[in-house]
Amino acid sequence: MHELSIALSMIEGVLEESEKRGGMKVEAVHLRLGVFSGVDQQALDFSYGLACEGTQLEGSQLVIEKVPLLIYCPFCATERAAQSEQQLCCSICSTPAASIVQGQELEITALEIAA
Amino acid sequence: MNTRLVEVRQKVLKQNDLLARALREQFQDAGVYVTSLVSSPGSGKTTFLEKLLGRLAVENRVAALVGDLATDNDAARLARATSQVRQITTGTICHLDAQMVQNALNGWNLNDLDFLFIENVGNLVCPSSYDLGEDMRLVLLSATEGEDKPLKYPTIFNTADIAIITKMDMAEAAEFNLEEARRSIQSVRPGMQVFEVSAKTGRGMDEVVDFLTSKRSSARPVSIR
Repeated sequence: MHELSIALSMIEGVLEESEKRGGMKVEAVHLRLGVFSGVDQQALDFSYGLACEGTQLEGSQLVIEKVPLLIYCPFCATERAAQSEQQLCCSICSTPAASIVQGQELEITALEIAA
Repeated sequence: MNTRLVEVRQKVLKQNDLLARALREQFQDAGVYVTSLVSSPGSGKTTFLEKLLGRLAVENRVAALVGDLATDNDAARLARATSQVRQITTGTICHLDAQMVQNALNGWNLNDLDFLFIENVGNLVCPSSYDLGEDMRLVLLSATEGEDKPLKYPTIFNTADIAIITKMDMAEAAEFNLEEARRSIQSVRPGMQVFEVSAKTGRGMDEVVDFLTSKRSSARPVSIR
């Protein structure tokens, strides 16, 4: 369980961004979370609430957008959904695919700031 | 209350990634080749590393950092193979990050090293998120674990470059199905190179030594002694 460490890094990043914009109160944080990021959504949700306590982000919402796993299929020569996290192959033609094009994201994309 | 949406694009682990990049440059400049090891607890990382260090130390200058929640027992074990060993005790933290690696390197002259190994905390989940600036990440799977471990922990197998199946001397007693283990690895990481070793009998260890040696010479071609 390293989601608390992740949540603390997030808060640090969000406060830095909000300060750049005059320190406005942040109501919500939008996060893109790849299914292959190694971070568990539920544990992160829980940790985020905990880590926000006593900071300017206390009471803010965490809005998570789950990002599915896409691979580059060498046979189809295009991006495809992976069969599953356990089977990194093309969901259409089943060719094994080593290159991941999407699904490892762990990034803050937007902040909702009190107007 | 009215709110407005402000677009930002920031990787959550930006600080770690920046530090890892700086470490990687530092390693490159110093000519030291850096390999990290990840696995579940008890899969034989320390024994494997102890034997590996012993073999590499014949012709190379080697050092190791070893991460654990508590105790410096592993550092004491590795010290039998090289005097350049440091323990990173993480307390309650379940993984190493780039900052811990940087702190642990304090005072070491990297120019005096050919190989540096970083043994992560025994954990197949958390270490996957943190870049340590290493050139190569080895994931270990022992013959006494389930053959489907890669399917249960696909992320860490995917962030690793090479898989090492350890404790092959125990394979028969544990009724380990090598083919199934290899299939599981290829399923989560198509094309991944796999070594089978026994640190105890020495099986496969020379192959790993040769592999790392050739990787180092291609990654650090102009190292000047």
